[in-house]
Amino acid sequence: MQERKGRIIRISGSLVVAEGLPMPQMYEVAEVGEQRLVGEIVRIDGDRSYIQVYESTSGLRPGEPVYGTGSPLSVELGPGLIGQIFDGIQRPLKRIAETSKSIFVLRGIKLEAVPRDRKYVFTPSKELKPGDKVGPGDIIGYVDETPLIRHWIMVPHGVSGRLIEISPEGEYSVEDPIAYVEANGEKTAVRMLQKWPARRPRPFKEKLEPELPMLTGMRILDTLFPMAKGGTGAIPGGFGTGKTVTLHSLAMWSDARVVIYIGCGERGNEMTEVLEKFPTYKDPWSGRPLMERTILIANTSNMPVSAREASIYVGVTMAEYYRDMGYDVLLVADSTSRWAEALREIAGRLEEMPAEEGYPSYLQSRLAEFYERAGRVIAVGEPKRIGSVTLVGAVSPPGADFTEPVTTHTRRFIRVFWALDTALAYSRHYPAINWITSYSAYVDTVTGWWAKNVDKDWRDLRDSLYSILLRENELREIVRLIGPENLSEPDKLIMETARIIREGFLKQNAYDKIDAFASPQKQVKLMRAMVNFYRNAKKLVDSGVPVKVIREKTQDLITELIKARFTIPNEELDKIDELDRRITERLSQIGG
Amino acid sequence: MQTSQYVEYETIKEIRGPLVIVEKVGSVAFDEMVELELSNGEKRSGRVLEVGLGYAVVQIFEGTSGVSTKGTKVKFLGKTLEVPVSEAMLGRIFDGLGRPLDGGPPVIAEEKRDINGFPINPASRAYPEDFIQTGVSAIDGMNTLVRGQKLPLFSGSGLPHNMLAAQIARQATVRGEKEEFAVVFAAMGIKYDEALFFRKFFEETGAIKRVAMFINLADEPAMVRLITPRMALTLAEYLAFERDMHVLVILTDMTSYAEALREISSAREEVPGRQGYPGYMYSDLASIYERAGRAIGKKGSITQMPILTMPADDITHPIPDLTGYITEGQVVLDRGLYNRGIYPPINVLMSLSRLMKEGIGPGKTREDHGDVSNQLYAAYSRAQELRGLAVIVGEESLTDTDRRYLRFGEAFERRFLSQGFYENRSIEETLDIGWEVLSILPESELTNIKDVFIQKYHPRRRSSGGS
Ligand SMILES: Nc1ncnc2c1ncn2[C@@H]1O[C@H](COP(=O)(O)OP(=O)(O)OP(=O)(O)O)[C@@H](O)[C@H]1O
Ligand SMILES: [Mg+2]
Repeated sequence: MQERKGRIIRISGSLVVAEGLPMPQMYEVAEVGEQRLVGEIVRIDGDRSYIQVYESTSGLRPGEPVYGTGSPLSVELGPGLIGQIFDGIQRPLKRIAETSKSIFVLRGIKLEAVPRDRKYVFTPSKELKPGDKVGPGDIIGYVDETPLIRHWIMVPHGVSGRLIEISPEGEYSVEDPIAYVEANGEKTAVRMLQKWPARRPRPFKEKLEPELPMLTGMRILDTLFPMAKGGTGAIPGGFGTGKTVTLHSLAMWSDARVVIYIGCGERGNEMTEVLEKFPTYKDPWSGRPLMERTILIANTSNMPVSAREASIYVGVTMAEYYRDMGYDVLLVADSTSRWAEALREIAGRLEEMPAEEGYPSYLQSRLAEFYERAGRVIAVGEPKRIGSVTLVGAVSPPGADFTEPVTTHTRRFIRVFWALDTALAYSRHYPAINWITSYSAYVDTVTGWWAKNVDKDWRDLRDSLYSILLRENELREIVRLIGPENLSEPDKLIMETARIIREGFLKQNAYDKIDAFASPQKQVKLMRAMVNFYRNAKKLVDSGVPVKVIREKTQDLITELIKARFTIPNEELDKIDELDRRITERLSQIGG
Repeated sequence: MQTSQYVEYETIKEIRGPLVIVEKVGSVAFDEMVELELSNGEKRSGRVLEVGLGYAVVQIFEGTSGVSTKGTKVKFLGKTLEVPVSEAMLGRIFDGLGRPLDGGPPVIAEEKRDINGFPINPASRAYPEDFIQTGVSAIDGMNTLVRGQKLPLFSGSGLPHNMLAAQIARQATVRGEKEEFAVVFAAMGIKYDEALFFRKFFEETGAIKRVAMFINLADEPAMVRLITPRMALTLAEYLAFERDMHVLVILTDMTSYAEALREISSAREEVPGRQGYPGYMYSDLASIYERAGRAIGKKGSITQMPILTMPADDITHPIPDLTGYITEGQVVLDRGLYNRGIYPPINVLMSLSRLMKEGIGPGKTREDHGDVSNQLYAAYSRAQELRGLAVIVGEESLTDTDRRYLRFGEAFERRFLSQGFYENRSIEETLDIGWEVLSILPESELTNIKDVFIQKYHPRRRSSGGS
């Protein structure tokens, strides 16, 4: 094949302009300079191709060659992805460290994402035999990628016809043909390895409404602002308010089958933390090490900005791939603001017209396209599978100002909003999720599941709990004017109960062994004990008992209840029931 | 050196702020080093910011005043900006571009390195976890520093950030280890007396032998400030990862650095972001701050303590804001506390150490450390809230418990926060003072502390109890 070649005429930061590259295509991957640095064509103007380079361009000179590769930025898909850590353009960082023998990511390294030297045991599908008709997405067999993930091998898109050969059970590398499909006299080999262009969503048969909760073990999320499998959410907050800790917790405790964690323009150590922790922590739903269901993408803040822009597409393509196998995939991106800034930087270099705060005018359509790739779907191919991609993005507004463009645009495309609050973070109320400004559009969606699987009173308890918090919020304004002692007795009880809820339910220490993950049952039991306290105490107050008396008489038990979140493990929940009974009893003694 | 091989150009077309645009150049590399020779023989240095066929945009570090389009020679040096690094640089003082300022001999390079370095592979990092005892209660007790962390001081003009940084540099130890930190100190745009303060301080404490200082003063060229921290960090990386040293890097004042960045951005007529700072300032600052940490298989480490003064004490200003988004927490100094005579005036509620959790607890500090810290935070923030309330509604309309919180708040500031410049508290002392002030509150309020620790450490339990 003829090599398509041009030459560099300008270099400005990561942007390289080349001349004379024949037939360039938008988003085609190009190799730049003698070192063949990888880049992507982001604009074409006459004979000029503008290339965004994924590596440092330091030392590059005009006149050096540029090569077209003919293909768009593509993601490798196949067994071997799980457990790995990639950079923003899917280069395997662990193997880069091993081959380069350096702690630094040097330039011009090219390594494949899916290891070629490993062999996997392929088991062909029993339903298929030579002669059967197959098409895209049809499952022809599987590989046990990890003890948790059975990796279904699907006929790639673009391939259909008659199956003429399928390999018997045995060990194969990802590039070995494992089946042949014939159509119109042409024979196509099917391999375990496939590629898919990162910027193009993978097709599905039908999009369904989310139905099930994505359980997270975080009380304020599951109970007040639930996520649904296939849903979308954003977690905005100023620096140090808890975005990363929350996303780490989601990645650790969610009942997703596959988790993709994208560190997009954030800290190196935060990825290291995941790498060190996840192999030793257990998925609470399966009991297996977390790394057996996790893929990491790390394009940290000091790594090239253009690869940062690409990272979320690489991540979401992998998510869709596992979705197509019928899995519930959770993708978290920390932080979408850094991605948007990368977009802004690239647009600035291209001298595009800026819109608000220098962001390009297509910021919102890009955000919309990204979140549009979430959803619960019927996958393409046989047998029928339902899978989902849940997307959660951190947003890092400058100066914690939620009216800035990335936050405001994101809000339009997501259905769950977990608003982090700087004041709560300063007072160390963690997670610093503001329960007044946050919302979830999935409360009705998940009510059925809770009623059926955990407790039929779930919705009633949740709404009671929440209404106490809402009322407290109003009262706080009044307290600021007249002081707490001048409230009416029923209002004092609201304040006291809200304190218990804030301290004993909303607060959750992500670093405490017992507190970090609350099972659905624990959440309901704690909630019930608190709502019961309120209801029983309210009767006393209505009959004239001052809140002060109630507080004094129950102080020890209330302190016990507040501490229950980190003293009573998920396995000993009778203790909460028992505490609940003791509180009720104590209150009835006051009355009597 | 075969300088003769470099072609010289006298084809400056335009001078714009710190930038020089040279025409009719041959093959020039992006980021290449440049030497300028003025008609009076003065030499200046710079680097290529943009290059096209036949032209190059060059940033001049020492500024362009006095540079003329006529008679100025431009020489492209055929390499990117490299610094010589060597262990012998400890004990020495350099200018902002790494030239000796102390009258000593030129550095004999053990190695030459590109000042931009390369990003550390996230898969090669080792998570920082070794507790550094700074002897300062507000830090050790509530915002613990660990080896390999990047923890900035957010200050305001006139606040004692230099004192605090110096106190930390003097007192910082990792318990159970004899080895002291090597200090790499980079000053960007600070005043002469501030530079002198650090120099004398290092001399008096005898630390100067393990300190390398890079100094760019306020009246020196601003563009150099973009280079100075990178020089310092290149040396730090060499010492940490090739020479197995634990290095503490102090960068001051990052506000001057960011202002230089803004200047060059506006000279390039780039679309400005917030308050005129360039949109890429986050990435640029990250390319400095991320050069900290530990690595698998390496004995050394880089701990970074950047100092910045918040313009108008505003923490939402882009410089502290973007810094906070990159660093692993921040120590915030507070003018209100300072005015009330509290040293160090650390606003603990606004401060944060994100790596604290790995550095504390049994075997590292003490088992009750986490709970005590959480409780101090919860109680002090309650006290602050009630202070505000008491001003409006009067103390008498508060409950008894609330009034105790007010007393706790006072004691916390006077006993726990406040300490002397020469006072070096052990972590046990710090935690014991923490318990002492917490004991002002009723025990039922200590909802963040596990009962076993209350039994063991609460002063009332300890004095009355058996053990
Ligand atoms: N649920 C939690 N439990 C305990 N600590 C928490 C929790 N959430 C946040 N924190 C504390 O807050 C600190 C900052 O949280 P985190 O790193 O998640 O902030 P962030 O919002 O991601 O900030 P940035 O935007 O700068 O990355 C953590 O290091 C931790 O100390
Ligand atoms: Mg974060």
